[in-house]
Amino acid sequence: MTVRIQAERFDTGAEIDTLAAGNTAIGGVASFTGYVRDFSTESGVTAMTLEHYPGMTERMLEQIETEARQRWQLEASLIIHRYGRMTVGEPIVLVVTAASHRQAAFESAEFLMDWLKTKAPFWKCEETADGREHWVDARESDDLAAARWGGLPCG
Amino acid sequence: MNVLYFAWVRTKIGKGREDVTPPSTVVTVADLAAWLRQQSPGHAEAFGNLACIRAAINQEFVEPDTPIPAGAEIAFFPPVTGG
Repeated sequence: MTVRIQAERFDTGAEIDTLAAGNTAIGGVASFTGYVRDFSTESGVTAMTLEHYPGMTERMLEQIETEARQRWQLEASLIIHRYGRMTVGEPIVLVVTAASHRQAAFESAEFLMDWLKTKAPFWKCEETADGREHWVDARESDDLAAARWGGLPCG
Repeated sequence: MNVLYFAWVRTKIGKGREDVTPPSTVVTVADLAAWLRQQSPGHAEAFGNLACIRAAINQEFVEPDTPIPAGAEIAFFPPVTGG
């Protein structure tokens, strides 16, 4: 199992080849690659900067990966998450899971992405073509947040 | 007490880290957030709606009613938006 937090781009194909090399118990590999897209809450997004909490980020991703490996029988797993500025079309995040059978690979990859989305301390700040910057909202958590703090929804 | 800020909490306050000495009545994370809110207009804006704030102690997520241990690293930030 491997977790990497890095500013540099990664090559999904090369990462999968490296992960699977030499392990003949692997029957299948599932992967998810997330990219910077040109729309979010606003259209015309040209780039984004991902801020993170050094130290906590590694800790949380390692916890998430450990949890996945307790739930599924995996031969190998990899999480790469980038930070810093990246432009539209660049890869942001990669999750790779390898198992003897496809079900464990598919399910654990989805699990890792879902948990990563809510537990890894990253924040996206998008830039639009007109030069403005805005922080991306985590809308799905608003109701829960309001209940916990007893306050108003975000926004 | 070492406090870290990230994302728009950081930009509203204008710094990513500060050393603060709250009064002894500040016991929990929610107490600290309420006290920090009074420290400057930027703090007031950042902590204006506590529903939008998440916290960590020593790099683990905590709930607002969590007591702050001595010497802890405390971080405040918005809900995460990675992936």
